[in-house]
Amino acid sequence: MSASVPTVGSWHRLDRAGLQAVIDVLWLVGHRVVGPQVADGAIVIRDLRGVAELPTGWLDDQDGGSYRLRHDPVAGTFDHVVGPHSLKNFLFPARETIASFVQLNGSWSQTPPPAQVPPLAVLGVRGCDLAALAIQDRVFLGSGYVDEPYKSRREKLFLVAVNCRRAAATCFCHSMGSGPAAGPGFDLALTEIEGGFACEVGSERGAAVLAEAVAAGASIGGCSPEEVEAARGVPQALAARMHARQQGDGEPRPRSLDTHGIRDLLMTNLEHPRWDEVAARCLSCTNCTLVCPTCFCSSVQEVADLSGDHVDRERQWASCFSLDHARMHGHSVRSSTAARYRQWLTHKFAGWIDQFDTSGCTGCGRCITWCPVGIDVTEEIAAIRASGSGAAPPDGAAPAGAPEAGETAS
Amino acid sequence: MSVSVSGAAAEKNPWRSHTARICTITPETPGVRTYELELEDPVERDHYRFAAGQFNMLYLPGIGEAAISVSSDPAGRDTLAHTVRAVGNVTDALARLGPGDQVFVRGPFGTPWPVAEMLGRDVVIVAGGLGLASQRAAILFLMAERACRSVTVLHGAKRPDGLLYGREYDAWRAAGVAVHTIVNEADASWSGPVGLVTDLLTDSLRDPSATTILCCGPDPMMMGVAKAAIGRGVATRDVFLSLERNMACAVAHCGLCQFGPLFVCRDGPVLPYERIAELLRIPQV
Ligand SMILES: Cc1cc2nc3c(=O)[nH]c(=O)nc-3n(C[C@H](O)[C@H](O)[C@H](O)COP(=O)(O)OP(=O)(O)OC[C@H]3O[C@@H](n4cnc5c(N)ncnc54)[C@H](O)[C@@H]3O)c2cc1C
Ligand code: SF4
Ligand code: SF4
Repeated sequence: MSASVPTVGSWHRLDRAGLQAVIDVLWLVGHRVVGPQVADGAIVIRDLRGVAELPTGWLDDQDGGSYRLRHDPVAGTFDHVVGPHSLKNFLFPARETIASFVQLNGSWSQTPPPAQVPPLAVLGVRGCDLAALAIQDRVFLGSGYVDEPYKSRREKLFLVAVNCRRAAATCFCHSMGSGPAAGPGFDLALTEIEGGFACEVGSERGAAVLAEAVAAGASIGGCSPEEVEAARGVPQALAARMHARQQGDGEPRPRSLDTHGIRDLLMTNLEHPRWDEVAARCLSCTNCTLVCPTCFCSSVQEVADLSGDHVDRERQWASCFSLDHARMHGHSVRSSTAARYRQWLTHKFAGWIDQFDTSGCTGCGRCITWCPVGIDVTEEIAAIRASGSGAAPPDGAAPAGAPEAGETAS
Repeated sequence: MSVSVSGAAAEKNPWRSHTARICTITPETPGVRTYELELEDPVERDHYRFAAGQFNMLYLPGIGEAAISVSSDPAGRDTLAHTVRAVGNVTDALARLGPGDQVFVRGPFGTPWPVAEMLGRDVVIVAGGLGLASQRAAILFLMAERACRSVTVLHGAKRPDGLLYGREYDAWRAAGVAVHTIVNEADASWSGPVGLVTDLLTDSLRDPSATTILCCGPDPMMMGVAKAAIGRGVATRDVFLSLERNMACAVAHCGLCQFGPLFVCRDGPVLPYERIAELLRIPQV
């Protein structure tokens, strides 16, 4: 084994005790540590004190409109994929005060923002989660005005990523270029290997935390070049299976999406009959937008205390599926479900490219799993491609206009 | 003059509001009043600059916020005029306030009318109802600049008592602005033309290829004006519309104002017709 002083780019071998030491150090230096755990029949993200709370041995069977946990004695700690929660729940919470006002002697004034919450460390984030974070960064930090609450949490965020070695049937990160390998953007990244984890250091902060864990007595060794290669091969092998649309062990094959020219495909098919067809199934329940890790719409409510002299302006998640979203003069600009579904899909996969120079979709599959009627974005887009104007001819011969950078046909 | 969200604005907390006092309230048309607001902080007052067509978010604690165009002369340094129709939560509460009362202001936001690039051109300002509020700033700017060849205001309202800023038309005309009005439904007081504002367009397009149209009103009215103007020879790129959509943040974070790929708060409200014609054509975008 090589020397094991953690530096950016170095690899180390951790057993479960080593991972526990990392969690302990993160709490000790003042982070709130959260990670995946089984609760209420799903794998959710919540406060994490110990490795014993991680969902070792649990697998999630996901498909359109369905999510089931299954115990498998040979499954690892991170062989489940993404659940209903994402980093969005923590960095852009569903409710949050964005401004406060107090009235004194008949005169109102705005009060400074409340004291900041402790820094957050998240264990178990996937490639698609990191990609979603980079997308929300563009929304809240990169478009001129800076969202201060998001920024202060984002700057202190510590990320322990995981390289996936299994995909669910709803995953299509390989099509969106966001996974299954994690990165960039993590502080530490874990790959499950025989007897523990290979841990790649992604940042100075990651190196410091790992060094602290070593100082605290954790046995954290170096990885041999062969071990590094084997660890890198884990998500690569999964990516190859996803591109080949195969999955091992009798599991359903992952989804996939042809993204060639997708912006123009959708924007030239705003009147496609498929919008009415999907609207006949869509309940306009907003689930897809709530679980989507990149959706950023919000509205603001006034929340007053009993005296009425203290008012918080509370930002709450909003959804393009609700009639309130595009309310004007007492009616909704998008009064039909077809128009609202079209807004969701065209924004996510087309408008986002104009607005933020990136797709709004990471291929995490959450919207497919958590849609009560199993509506599937990949299927809707494929249907439009198959029959819409400007539809791509077969064999991937792309229509006029080069594909966007980072697009992958599969 | 060009205004963009950059430099000083880039690092600003978009939720920071500035306290202002109502200096005067002028009744305009039924349910519509103009509020002259003065920012209380002298530094902020000095620092505040807007361009014709931009808007502020006016906030009343515990009640809420509404997007309202700044309708005063952009060169004015003391007060900011906002012409508001009482239609709901915030605007009804504003209507209950009086001089000296407090209002919070965030802004200015959005794209301006392209009035700084009108050298030697005929500018035709077409307003449906309250749309004229956002264009009043443009009219005052053009009157002061005197760079364009002509300024024509075409203002339509449902009824004669809905015509906005009537008391100012004499001053506008004295400064060389042609003002023409039209109503949908005449009453005994009305001797002017009856019809749609588009009916006034033909006579005002003397040199269509050198004409710029600035239009603000309900979406169908603006589409009608744009089509009529283009049909009479105005270049598509010379037609500008000011859109209205729901908005909470005004800085392209809340997503409520989206119109196709555009954020109306940031990419608009003033948008070249060329950029939005196809989106406007399709219902419920
Ligand atoms: C860029 C921009 C510039 C603008 N400039 C101006 C301006 O200069 N002057 C101006 O007056 N307005 C302007 N507006 C419009 C103004 O922002 C809206 O009218 C304002 O938000 C209304 O706020 P409110 O709280 O008073 O009304 P809200 O309570 O939000 O109600 C708005 C409308 O919805 C109706 N409504 C609300 N709730 C219901 C319900 N439950 N059922 C049925 N109907 C309902 C109301 O009757 C009303 O017609 C502008 C808008 C934009 C986007
Ligand atoms: S659109 Fe669906 S698959 Fe894409 S990022 Fe959002 S939830 Fe995940
Ligand atoms: S697509 Fe599915 S999850 Fe989204 S609003 Fe419609 S029914 Fe709900």
